[in-house]
Amino acid sequence: MSKTESEKEYWRWTESRYTNPDINWKDGDIISAGVDVGSVSTQAVIMVDGEIYCYSSMRTGSNSPDSATNAMDWALEGTGLTLDKIQYVVGTGYGRVNVPFAKRAITEIACHARGANFIYGPEIRTVLDMGGQDCKAIRCDNRGKVTAFLMNDKCAAGTGRGMEVFADLLQVHINDVGEMSLQVDKEPEPVSSTCVVFAKSEAVGLLRKGWPKEKVLAAYCSAMAHRIVTLLLRLGIEEKFAITGGIAKNIGVVKRIEEELKLKAPESSIDPQLAGAIGAALFAKALIEKEHKKA
Amino acid sequence: MITAGIDCGSKNTKVVILEGNNILSTASVLSGFDQEESAQQALNSALEKAGINREDIKHITATGAGMEAIFFANDNVTTVTSDGRGAFFFFPSARTIIDIGAEEGLVVKLDENGKVKDFGINEKCAAGAGAFIEAMSRALEIDIEKMGELSLKSTKQIPMNAQCTIFAESEVVSLIHQKTAKEDIIRAVHDAIADRNTSMVRQIGIEKEVALIGGVANNIGFVDAMNKNLGFEILIPKDVVSPEYVTALGAALVAQDKIGG
Amino acid sequence: MTKANYGYKDGSGEYFITIDTDLCNSCGKCVEACPANVLEMAEDELDPLSDEIIAIVSEEHRKKIKYSCAPCKGGDLKKLPCVNACEVGALSHSW
Repeated sequence: MSKTESEKEYWRWTESRYTNPDINWKDGDIISAGVDVGSVSTQAVIMVDGEIYCYSSMRTGSNSPDSATNAMDWALEGTGLTLDKIQYVVGTGYGRVNVPFAKRAITEIACHARGANFIYGPEIRTVLDMGGQDCKAIRCDNRGKVTAFLMNDKCAAGTGRGMEVFADLLQVHINDVGEMSLQVDKEPEPVSSTCVVFAKSEAVGLLRKGWPKEKVLAAYCSAMAHRIVTLLLRLGIEEKFAITGGIAKNIGVVKRIEEELKLKAPESSIDPQLAGAIGAALFAKALIEKEHKKA
Repeated sequence: MITAGIDCGSKNTKVVILEGNNILSTASVLSGFDQEESAQQALNSALEKAGINREDIKHITATGAGMEAIFFANDNVTTVTSDGRGAFFFFPSARTIIDIGAEEGLVVKLDENGKVKDFGINEKCAAGAGAFIEAMSRALEIDIEKMGELSLKSTKQIPMNAQCTIFAESEVVSLIHQKTAKEDIIRAVHDAIADRNTSMVRQIGIEKEVALIGGVANNIGFVDAMNKNLGFEILIPKDVVSPEYVTALGAALVAQDKIGG
Repeated sequence: MTKANYGYKDGSGEYFITIDTDLCNSCGKCVEACPANVLEMAEDELDPLSDEIIAIVSEEHRKKIKYSCAPCKGGDLKKLPCVNACEVGALSHSW
């Protein structure tokens, strides 16, 4: 791979921020916030009385505390609201202990369940979150409380990082992987190695045999989808079923999961990558209310 | 009687040509996509080094991950059997054999006659095998041959959180950004893989003497970490033949048993 | 019945320790029984609003549970020290 090619950023996705024009934070009673510091992306969500007021989503840098601060600053940009006026901040995600201004750290499993409940509604009973370096299957009740979970953050297979490795190997932009993997006439045999390291060698062999990139991507997405489904089945799936996290945007993996499960995952206007931070902000609100009760 | 053992590893194909108890020659070739071709190349190389012809070999036994593809071999035998036979030949006192290759690790238990009484295979996850060290050497931009000696120069033990080769690569990159000394990182890499392998050995049960074979046995940093973990020194075949050839040697010995040579 | 599954699945298999956080009576006997310090008592992370202390698999072992538990695995699954120690049957191993 020549130097210029290795500099091409196949993994780069779009960062974003948003302010809700219908809310004036000064009229609000409870102002809470959640910051989800993931291994790949960081989100900050600020809520006024349990409604989303503003948020930001950006790439996590090499320094977790900085990422949390940057995400918060960007989310608050232009709102007039400042950090000191936020009554409670909860940190979550891989870097949750590194959110300097958070009052408490809560595991992303609990936050994702709450967040999915908010985004997709109280009918959700099973959440599949596919992140940068992990894959979580969560069962919850109608209030978004966790009743069972299974997380895999040990093995790259079935995570965003595994997908990035493949995108790099085949020199395909990560945004295009899903679409390309669906451009096959017949579904090929899935890659036999679960391990990304071995799957890479297998892929090289397939390319040498003359397989087009689309077919290799299909084989990999197929293996990934199958692996994720077995993880889900171990936990047991109860409808409604929702998918959150970065890989939710990979239509090649999502479609295959839906096909194997014979279930359709709902869509929402709220970015699924925000689920963790939303859940954290909701917990922050609940903790403020708990404190008020005690007082 | 001259026999040959072919070990079709996932990374390298090794050949040992044996006459009685004498090793006539060894050869190693990168395992390509055509396993049989690689085996043929390795065999030819070994024949040349020994100064003999193909007809002089009375029996060829294949072993290793790709053994079934070697149609020109007379038969094949499991890696577990070859490991046991080969290691016992060097160390008749060995009761636990650890074989760490590029993509898998094996533990073989032997009785006092060298017969296999139990075994365990650790495969399909690169983090327990040579592929882990290789990936880290790439991330650190250091020659894999130097990894061992550099790890011994470490002055500080640091933890390695990632248990997956892919995640460990990212972790190594962050450690480099944090200006951690490369020797300390390399040592952590060796400690991690030694940790995983000693756990697996403990599962099968440790009985002294313990011998280590396979390509990774050449890595002195890894051997040091294993010794520290186990609390005693493990035996490594040296001098006569390099540890990565012991499996092929075992196959050649099995071939001899077959023809009564 | 609230099940916390700690562990992972990788190319070589599936390795999970499951603790039913509702059944757990916080006795702590499993923590004492484990020779590798895999288990510990901590706040229920699945229910951040509760103050109960229950048994969990410590963070440092979750990603290498196959290796941490390997020394106990030589024998019968039913005779694992931690599973045996639990009087309410809240703890189980998937392998």
